[in-house]
Amino acid sequence: MVAPCIQCGTCTASCPASHAMDLSPRRIVAALRAGQRDTVLSSRSLWLCASCYACVVRCPSGIPFTDVAYALKREAARTGVDDRRGSALARAFVRVADRLGRSAETELLLRYWLSTNPLRAIAALPLAFRLWRRGRLSLFGRGIVGRQDLQRMMAALERPGSGA
Amino acid sequence: MSGRAFSYFPGCSLECSNRAYDASTRNVAAVLGIQMPELEDWNCCGATAYFGVDEARAGVMAARNLALAEARGHDLVTVCSGCYLALGKTNHRLAEDADLRRDVQQALRAGGMDYRGTVTVRHFLDVVVRDVGEEAVRRHVVRPLQGLPVACYHGCQLSRPHGEIDDPEFPDVMDRLVGWLGAAPAPFPLKTRCCGGMLMTTQPGLGREMTGKLLLAAKAGGAHCVATACPLCQVNLEAYQRAIGRERGEDCRIPVLYFTQLMGWAFGLGSGDLRLEEALTPARELLAGLGATP
Ligand code: SF4
Ligand code: SF4
Repeated sequence: MVAPCIQCGTCTASCPASHAMDLSPRRIVAALRAGQRDTVLSSRSLWLCASCYACVVRCPSGIPFTDVAYALKREAARTGVDDRRGSALARAFVRVADRLGRSAETELLLRYWLSTNPLRAIAALPLAFRLWRRGRLSLFGRGIVGRQDLQRMMAALERPGSGA
Repeated sequence: MSGRAFSYFPGCSLECSNRAYDASTRNVAAVLGIQMPELEDWNCCGATAYFGVDEARAGVMAARNLALAEARGHDLVTVCSGCYLALGKTNHRLAEDADLRRDVQQALRAGGMDYRGTVTVRHFLDVVVRDVGEEAVRRHVVRPLQGLPVACYHGCQLSRPHGEIDDPEFPDVMDRLVGWLGAAPAPFPLKTRCCGGMLMTTQPGLGREMTGKLLLAAKAGGAHCVATACPLCQVNLEAYQRAIGRERGEDCRIPVLYFTQLMGWAFGLGSGDLRLEEALTPARELLAGLGATP
């Protein structure tokens, strides 16, 4: 996916988060081509990618860096080398969505903070109160009716020979 | 599939923190005569987060909604840019990637569903501008927005990566629409720069920095409010204005409205229909003051 890169740096220059990354998008691509997979997988940059596709639409070589970052996030999460915060949120999201069929903001954030830094939950109380006063916060998410069907679909993906 | 009837996909945010977006969308659609009943028993689109964990499972999440819409015989319409991208991207991938299609179809069948690939995923903003069009929108304006300077924040996932709605670099679809409503789009060069999305939760400092840039740019362009087409952008831009203002030592307060609220106001809907009172940075006064003589 990354072979045609010409190392022009357009991706890095276009990225709104690259200044906070330890490895810029251009350097991630360079490291991948040099076979330095571990360096890339342990980089916290992956979890600073907000999936905004600015790099993708500008890359002169047609490299879909956002999708490269997605693939690396999945691999980093699988192999355990990852930044706790970014992957913890994604994992909490998947747990909530799998159980209810929908996301539920309050439960998602509570799960996330409990698994990372519970103090953040307290720091978020003032904003939570302002949202709640305007009816913009609900404590419990509603599940979908077809929850069991959805779970059966997910189970079918896991069966051997399904390619998942 | 075509005709002015759609299956409406609200998305999870619109059930909770962004109910005003849901209400204003439904009411504006009713004024315009667009039939869009809510897609029955829709589920999470998969969002950005699921794709970072498991692609096939994320594909199934999105595809179940596509299958539900196909069974109804309508295209899907959503007002969330995140849902728009997650559903649309999966739709494209299913058409292109035979392996993914096989896996996802097998999974759908295990849950008693099927998807043949006939649905198109649309953003409501695009439906309004492209399908309804200037003339019909203007015809419904009974309370023109009196040259209100609006920073039209298109955000990142509305026009990227596919650029189906508009130019991925510099879209102006929302600018055109607010112009039809009688407002004046303000210069806003950062209109597609990412608001930070979920980084506001995982990297709050970086999130506030990214959002702060947008707020200051909107104000520097002379805007009196920001218009958005995405619930996550709306929360990011609105909810942290105080904290960002304190950090930067600058006034970052500016109302952040959904484009559907601006439409509804121009169409003469009441502030209750648009749930304007749910704004954290007051917005109703801004709109109510438009007609008044200075
Ligand atoms: S923009 Fe494309 S070609 Fe240029 S450095 Fe980035 S990935 Fe390589
Ligand atoms: S998609 Fe990720 S890497 Fe690319 S510009 Fe956006 S934040 Fe940066």
